[in-house]
Amino acid sequence: MDNLQTYLYISAILFSLGLYGVITRRNGIAVLMGVELILNSANINFVAFARFGGMNFSGQVFALFVIIMAAAEAAVALAIIINVFNNLDTVNIDDARELKL
Amino acid sequence: MENIAFGLIVAITLGSALMVVMTQQLLYSAIALLFTLFGVAGLYIFMWADFMAGVQIVIYIGGILVLLIFGIMLTNKISSVNISHTSLQRRVGAVITLGVLGFLIPMITNTSWLQLSSEEPAQTADSIGRLLMMEYLLPFEVASLLLLGALIGAAMLSRNTN
Repeated sequence: MDNLQTYLYISAILFSLGLYGVITRRNGIAVLMGVELILNSANINFVAFARFGGMNFSGQVFALFVIIMAAAEAAVALAIIINVFNNLDTVNIDDARELKL
Repeated sequence: MENIAFGLIVAITLGSALMVVMTQQLLYSAIALLFTLFGVAGLYIFMWADFMAGVQIVIYIGGILVLLIFGIMLTNKISSVNISHTSLQRRVGAVITLGVLGFLIPMITNTSWLQLSSEEPAQTADSIGRLLMMEYLLPFEVASLLLLGALIGAAMLSRNTN
């Protein structure tokens, strides 16, 4: 609880789970959830190094920027997924392989 | 007492993260993601980052998760009761994932990390605000520009052209 490694282990496991979700899921929104897990694991690392590695508050500011980026990414990705659904009637990312209809 | 709370938060975080990627119901995935994000906020509090925990709850749970659930609702027909989603190539995914984990865990164990003993900060929001307004002013402004671009882009993409 009071050492760096514990948090790094947690974040490594969270990263692997997110990676597994990104690889295996077929639904675009589920893939997005995997990406959110990966971003969260990166954030845990940033805050852990801020707490234990002497980065102090700079680590937390970087995690803040990651959260801002995640919000922008989620908004744009969902707009794209809804567009794909309107055009193809599916959110299965394997079916969306053509650039032009 | 503290150790029990920490173990509980870790168990909630990792257990529900496992459920996010394993369950076949899309809405269950979204609800499990809620518990994962709450667990991560709890971990932030254990790392003395209480402002980050607040931001995590407000932006991730109040914003991104609601957006995801909106997306689930909008991309499924109301008539289809079961909003399910399947996975493919589970075996390949598991091999790649375990490979990455098998690389990360020994790396974390074997590296001698520099650990500085720091004192619990009196106020976190104050220091973060100072850093944002002084040292990281340019990235802060770029981030606001990025958010504006994402806002306009998302509105452009999702508007009905007919």
